[in-house]
Amino acid sequence: MDKKATLIRIFKYIRKYSLLVVISILLAALSVALTLYAPILSGRAIDCIISKDNVDFQNLAKIIISFIAVIAATSVSQWIMNACNNRITYRVVKDIRVKAFERLQSTDVSFADSHPHGDIVSRIVNDADQFSDGLLIGFTQFFTSILTIFGTLGFMFSINYKVTIAVICVTPLSLFAASFIAKKTYDMFGRQSAKRGNLTALTNEMITNQKIVKAFGYEANAAGRFEKINSSLAKYSLKATFFSSLVNPTTRFVNSLVYACVAIFGGIAVINGANAGGITVGQLVCLLSYANQYTKPFNEISGVVTELQNALACAARFFELIDEKEQISDKNNKEIGAVSGNVRIEDVSFSYDKSKELIKNFSADVKEGQHVAIVGPTGCGKSTVINLLMRFYDTDSGCIKIDGNDIKTVTRNSLRKNYGMVLQETWLKTGTVKENIAFGKPDATDEEIIAAAKLTHAHSFIKKLPDAYDTVIGEETGNLSQGQKQLLCITRVMLSLPPVLILDEATSSIDTKTELRIQKTFDRMMRGRTSFIVAHRLSTIKSADIILVMHDGRIVEQGTHAELLKKGGFYSEIYNSQFAGE
Amino acid sequence: MKELTFYLKKYKKESILAPLFKMIEAIFELFVPLVISGIIDTGIPNSDKGYLLKMGGVLFALAAVGLASSVTAQYFAAKAAIGSAADMRNDLFRHINSFSYTEIDSFGTSTLITRLTNDVNQVQTGINMVLRLFLRSPFIVFGAMIMAFTINVKAALVFTAAIPLLFAVVFGIMFLSIPVYKKIQSKLDKITLLTRENLSGVRVIRAFNREEKEKQEFGETTDELQKLQIFVGRISALLNPVTYVILNLAIAALIWKGAISVNSGVLTQGAVVALVNYMSQILVELIKLSNLIVTINKASAGFKRIRSVMIVSTKMEFPEKSAEKKDSDCAVEFDNVSFCYERSKEPSLENISFRIRKGMTVGVIGATGSGKSTLVNLIPRFYDCTGGEVKLFGNGVKSYSKDDLNALTAVVPQKSVLFKGTLKDNIRWGKEDAADSEIMEAAKIAQCDDIIKVKGGLDFEIEQDGRNLSGGQKQRIAIARAIVKSAEILILDDSMSALDFATDARLRKAIKENTQNTTVFIVSQRASTVKNADIIIVLDDGRLAGIGTDEELFRSCEEYREICLSQLSGEEAEKNG
Repeated sequence: MDKKATLIRIFKYIRKYSLLVVISILLAALSVALTLYAPILSGRAIDCIISKDNVDFQNLAKIIISFIAVIAATSVSQWIMNACNNRITYRVVKDIRVKAFERLQSTDVSFADSHPHGDIVSRIVNDADQFSDGLLIGFTQFFTSILTIFGTLGFMFSINYKVTIAVICVTPLSLFAASFIAKKTYDMFGRQSAKRGNLTALTNEMITNQKIVKAFGYEANAAGRFEKINSSLAKYSLKATFFSSLVNPTTRFVNSLVYACVAIFGGIAVINGANAGGITVGQLVCLLSYANQYTKPFNEISGVVTELQNALACAARFFELIDEKEQISDKNNKEIGAVSGNVRIEDVSFSYDKSKELIKNFSADVKEGQHVAIVGPTGCGKSTVINLLMRFYDTDSGCIKIDGNDIKTVTRNSLRKNYGMVLQETWLKTGTVKENIAFGKPDATDEEIIAAAKLTHAHSFIKKLPDAYDTVIGEETGNLSQGQKQLLCITRVMLSLPPVLILDEATSSIDTKTELRIQKTFDRMMRGRTSFIVAHRLSTIKSADIILVMHDGRIVEQGTHAELLKKGGFYSEIYNSQFAGE
Repeated sequence: MKELTFYLKKYKKESILAPLFKMIEAIFELFVPLVISGIIDTGIPNSDKGYLLKMGGVLFALAAVGLASSVTAQYFAAKAAIGSAADMRNDLFRHINSFSYTEIDSFGTSTLITRLTNDVNQVQTGINMVLRLFLRSPFIVFGAMIMAFTINVKAALVFTAAIPLLFAVVFGIMFLSIPVYKKIQSKLDKITLLTRENLSGVRVIRAFNREEKEKQEFGETTDELQKLQIFVGRISALLNPVTYVILNLAIAALIWKGAISVNSGVLTQGAVVALVNYMSQILVELIKLSNLIVTINKASAGFKRIRSVMIVSTKMEFPEKSAEKKDSDCAVEFDNVSFCYERSKEPSLENISFRIRKGMTVGVIGATGSGKSTLVNLIPRFYDCTGGEVKLFGNGVKSYSKDDLNALTAVVPQKSVLFKGTLKDNIRWGKEDAADSEIMEAAKIAQCDDIIKVKGGLDFEIEQDGRNLSGGQKQRIAIARAIVKSAEILILDDSMSALDFATDARLRKAIKENTQNTTVFIVSQRASTVKNADIIIVLDDGRLAGIGTDEELFRSCEEYREICLSQLSGEEAEKNG
């Protein structure tokens, strides 16, 4: 997305708050004008104080009173302006964050599968944050800075044009110095961040796998590589930091030059006095105070420009997320109620990567209450079948029918209500045990929840948790064992127990006793329900009505245990290798 | 643990010169108002244009000297900050490298990475800013006040009122907003959590039709965040207007008081202008100072976190040289060994005793959490056992030097980790100077010679985390990496899980044939993987449930039979047993 398009979209989001924007701009103009008027008043006040017994107190009092009034008005308008800017910025950021999150809920599942999660999180959190910072600074400083520059020059002209011209002549010097430093710095910062990236990558790799490093005695090598990158990082950092730290002293120096010019030319103008073009001492003081602030807005603008560019880049990344393709709408699809569980898979072809063919012309007819075992070596793509059944992914061709309805013609929600899914990767939401069990049925009563937990044998361990059903658990809280998490996931399904089940038999990470419990629960749930089981236990496989054998992502064989053994294909190879003698 | 000063000591010259030059710059800045008042009081009344030019020259000179000293100071500050941060980073990295598994477990790797990256950078910025500003800003604030006193004591009293007031406002607003910023941070953390959860749980959320609920929760959180942000924004938006008012009221007071003094002949017009100028200089520096304090806060928090890593030293010590080697036929001996992970109440291993002869293949089986990995981790001394003793070739593991122990054992970990670099680089982790032929030989045993062929040779570049290899490929290369070491004890810690049964069997066969003098430990969940081992160790909940051959165990060991039966159907196991 180019910058212009990004900018236009940002404005679209801001438009909702146009009243605030107008107020903010008006107040910015007002406060700049007042800020610049204050030195004129203090200059006039100085002019009232000439020398001994030559002070115009009457006039001075009047001036000071209006000075104070101006100051009060300035600060009030500044404060309101800031408040408006805050409001606009944070609301806009909230709007786009919510929008991006909503998009996450409506993209294809493939989006979450194919994008690094850290990257998406960083967009929604960091990029949005940086964008808000940039937007805020842009609002508060960009406009005021420009107004200040022109306002200052205008006011100076009204006092004395010669001095003003002298100031304008020095201006390019400041711009030149700033751009020179900026270019140098940008270059060095680029190199610095590249090196820093290298170092972070190495650190990540070595520290994350510290145990391997230790197991192979690689510590010294790792430290050597680290130190090498670290020292070249230090070299670039030194340059980058040094160059960037030149900005302030240099602009201060340019400012001092402007100041000196004003002092000389202004002083001469005062001496010229009553002659044409002369000014008073007070006006000189006023010019000097303008000069003192003169380079500040220039500095700010260059800072704002980098901030804004950064913000634009962040916004562009963010919009990419918002623009992520939505899944095919199912608004006009029909709702289906509870099905009896006939699943027909008709001539289905599917692949994740369209250049690599995966499932081709796959058909199966699963009758109500039948059990389908999906078997194959680890990582053979057994989840693909689940993806298709649940319509996490759409088939490339062919169709899947549930009770005679093509699943593409029913709403996703009503389809998924008919499935109970227990995956091996136990995902729980951060929240209480109760909330997690009632995940699919938020209005479940406590009695229902406890009843379900008793059925799955989860009740006994939940009771022992510190706050029983109100204990907070989550992905990162390690207070539950893998087996316990699995039991919770099962209870979650047990609560509503839909007509079709998709179950993933646990292999690893569960102790024998828990495994037995889980198995028993599975058996009970499956009774009379159409079930798809990613199976590891031979007993499950042997008793299945249909076995789907998968290898390298493809369905290579299907049939019953006896049929497949007779066939002597891949299934019989797996089966026999269990007993492979050497 | 080294203090911060330790790191700065190496940059003593820089750390002293940087603030010093900053101070020189400040001094020159403080002269400027005096020059201006000279112009007003001397140059202008006498219409002395020469004097004006001279004073213009002085201003120019002050600016030039100021620039020079400032640039010098920035250079020294940057050098000291970056140099000491780089040293700190090296030290920290080496220190983390010295940790044993116990310390790595207790910190967690992600915290250690943050320490090495973010925290050190924070400290670097902190040092840099402190060296630049901590003398300059207070110096200007108080310098301006002192200069005011030298001009006129009565008028300078305005300063003594204004400065504390400005201080109070600037720091008051800062301290008021810090706690709100903390709340904001925790809301941001919540947003991170929600987003991450919704990505990792995408299937479950959709399966349970929870999309709307999730949206609602996210909406509420962002709403709370936005309210906090607007609230804190309102507080910090006060800073500029309020300080502006105070400053200008002080200026008004100065002018009025000045006017009275001028009227009575005590002060000149130029002196009043100088007083006003000094007042203006103060505010900028106060704001810089408040920013500096925020930076210092962050830096010292970062340094505290670094320190918390640095003060932990590993409890595992190795002798410089291995003890005299007793020759023993027994490769590995566990003598009543118990082990308990730090912070865990339950022991993971209890009273384990066994002896393994040289050259044997040992299967280790048991349910998850039964202590299989823990057991084999004690052999290369990744952890020290908390009771009993582990002996290798008749000598306690603790009597071996680090290098000797490392040479004695080769491990294929559960999670097969490969590193960015070529296949050759990766396999050479096992033996730094391994020739290509040695590597290929190990690869053949590990059943990955075909992978190397398919990938176009040993120079194939592996991406970070081995992303461009499948799970099974990674496992086999990790196995080759251990085999090339040709250590006397080879440990395969459940490292064949991603292999299909046939490859698994071929691999075990090849290892057996090619490493006859090597003692091999194979940890697995699969009965089929361990059943042909010379001896099988069965663990149940940290206890030794049985030890013996497949046949013996099937007959006598309840746990072993249970495992076999759960994996094979009854009759097959029977037939086989």
